[in-house]
Amino acid sequence: MSIINPLLEVKEVTKHFGTATALHNVSLQVPKGSIFGLLGPNGAGKTTLLRIINQIAIPDAGSVYFDGNLLDTTHTSAIGYMPEERGLYKSMRVGEQLLYLAQLKGMSKKDATERIQYWFDKFDISDWWNKKIQELSKGMAQKIQFIVTVLHRPKLLIFDEPFSGFDPINAGIIKDEILQLRDEGATIVFSTHRMENVEELCDHIALMYRSQKILDGTVSEIKKTYRSHTFEVGLQTTNQEHLMSVLQEQYTTKPAYFKTIDDQLKLQITVAPETASNALLTLLNTQSTVLHFKEMIPSVHDIFIQKIKENE
Amino acid sequence: MNNLLPLIIKREFMARVRNRTFRVMTFLSPLLMVGMVSVIIGLRTLQKDQKTTIAYLDETHVLDDAFTNTTQIQFRNYNTFTLQKAKELVTLEGLYALLYIPKESANPNSDTPIQFFTAATPDPIIIEAINNDIKAKFTKLNLSAIGIDPQKIEAQEAEITIAIQTFSGGVASETSDYVKMFFGGAAGYLLMMFIIIYGNMVMRSVIEEKTNRIIEIIISSVHPIQLMFGKIVGTSFAGITQFLIWLLFGGLLFQSVQWYFGLETTESLRYLSKDYEMLFTVFQDIENLPLATYSIFFLLYFISGYFLYSSIYAAIGAAVDSETDAQQFRFPIMIPLMLAIYVGFFTVLQDPHSTVATIFSMVPLTSPVVMLMRIPFGVPWWEILISMLILLGSIAFTVWIAAKIYKVGILMYGKKPTYKDLFTWLKY
Repeated sequence: MSIINPLLEVKEVTKHFGTATALHNVSLQVPKGSIFGLLGPNGAGKTTLLRIINQIAIPDAGSVYFDGNLLDTTHTSAIGYMPEERGLYKSMRVGEQLLYLAQLKGMSKKDATERIQYWFDKFDISDWWNKKIQELSKGMAQKIQFIVTVLHRPKLLIFDEPFSGFDPINAGIIKDEILQLRDEGATIVFSTHRMENVEELCDHIALMYRSQKILDGTVSEIKKTYRSHTFEVGLQTTNQEHLMSVLQEQYTTKPAYFKTIDDQLKLQITVAPETASNALLTLLNTQSTVLHFKEMIPSVHDIFIQKIKENE
Repeated sequence: MNNLLPLIIKREFMARVRNRTFRVMTFLSPLLMVGMVSVIIGLRTLQKDQKTTIAYLDETHVLDDAFTNTTQIQFRNYNTFTLQKAKELVTLEGLYALLYIPKESANPNSDTPIQFFTAATPDPIIIEAINNDIKAKFTKLNLSAIGIDPQKIEAQEAEITIAIQTFSGGVASETSDYVKMFFGGAAGYLLMMFIIIYGNMVMRSVIEEKTNRIIEIIISSVHPIQLMFGKIVGTSFAGITQFLIWLLFGGLLFQSVQWYFGLETTESLRYLSKDYEMLFTVFQDIENLPLATYSIFFLLYFISGYFLYSSIYAAIGAAVDSETDAQQFRFPIMIPLMLAIYVGFFTVLQDPHSTVATIFSMVPLTSPVVMLMRIPFGVPWWEILISMLILLGSIAFTVWIAAKIYKVGILMYGKKPTYKDLFTWLKY
């Protein structure tokens, strides 16, 4: 799969730590303006890959391109990074700390002050400037952590496991802000080992497993690839045996389990990929009353499990 | 990206200076020091008022004019008593001691000892003084007994002075060696203190960033090496500030203490150096030192030494998660530092050009301290050059190693690393 003009391109990156391989020949393309989910179990190499993109780690082989150019230190100001291990200077004041970190990202003091004010107003925390981090609650500190990441208006935002460790309210805020930042033109990459957020947020995903990328693409494409052409149906019929024999002549059937308010014959029917689902529906209609008819689309979670099993 | 270094230095400086403990210590240390000195001076003044009285029972009856009373020691004649009675009286009156000189002790061929009865362990200085007094008197008497006039011998005693001169023609005084020892010793000691105090501060600052988990955010903006340098420089500025405050504040306090005790201290200084002439030579000796050259070398070795050690401290800070874990790595740094100080004080100050002193002023981990102590005594330029080159080379090497450990270490959490782990990190 090739994307025209990706914001970020990882090309055949390999990274070893001593004898352990953290990444093996990983390639990725992150399209501009997308929300890209990096999925995989713990220890798959996600954090190492994100660190390489942030130039915290240097790959042993391969290269990374940012907006068409080989990634170098001039790009740090265009990237915002929220690591999995989060934290701030405990005894430094909130305002000074934000100012310092923004200046490290190349912002001028004046510009940074304005941006801090913008986010303070947005989160309704204008009186926090002179507070020390150690005086803030964990939830409050998480808000500051988020501001640190986005303050310098980076083109590329990288969140490592953004939804772990955050309380539900802050996780919700982050989710909304991520969507809003995307709408404002930012590209977002985040890693997660939890699938719940992936489907509602990401348009692109890549699956990492044991130091390798085993799958990537847009969420809908991947789902199309992994559709099993199986339909879940609920029927009412007077002659169940006849119906079953007719169905089993043409399709594979399995009993299905889903909740209904009345008694139904519940089946999973798999059709051949080239056949239209209408043929099945027509057949069912002639033999019974169709109460329920739904294509079983695999969840990212199912694909994830299936892919890992294939690679085992 | 280089313009970020001042920013980091500034933050490190501010973080150090704003620290409560730092501020408290900045002002408390001189107070404690001057307080301690005041107590010592006070005690000495107290002691001065205390008179030691020694009774003597002289059966030879020739020593009456042998003992001279000083402000601190008074002699009292107990010749009229028996030894038993005298002993009792001394105890009763609470005198310091009883000196008993038996009749036979004046005889040159006798080995009857003179006895000194006291409740406490006697001050060896007093014993020595008494010993000298009696010896001089007996010698005179013995000389007279064989017909020699002791005054004639005294008159014949030659007076000589040895004028010490260096080969380069400079006039050196007897005191100049002490002045050099003082300057060398002070510089070496100062550097050691600076390294220990501020090296540890660098280490703590690295550990703090690690435990706060902010490190990853910082190094996604700046190169870790830049951060490490910023830390070392920022902390050293804080250190210099603290040292200067100690010097100014301490000096001021000391002045006021001097003023409080009247002229006691200057008087004792005058007493120590016998007379003003001596004091004058001390100042002249200081002026005779190549102060400008010495300052330059002082700065060079001070900065290099501090840099060498603090980069090791930074690496240790990066390798561990907490200060307790740092202990096992901190000890090996202390060894060369202590070695340098001991070599300095016991070898360099006695024989600055001995083989041991020369070797240790070349070995990189000890050279900053040892060379600083040697320089006032005059070190050939090529020795300094070799030592400096070795030192600079080792700094490059150490910083390279430290930077590698630092880069890997700051992202390692949980496990306390072993030396073997550190070695494998070098290959990452």
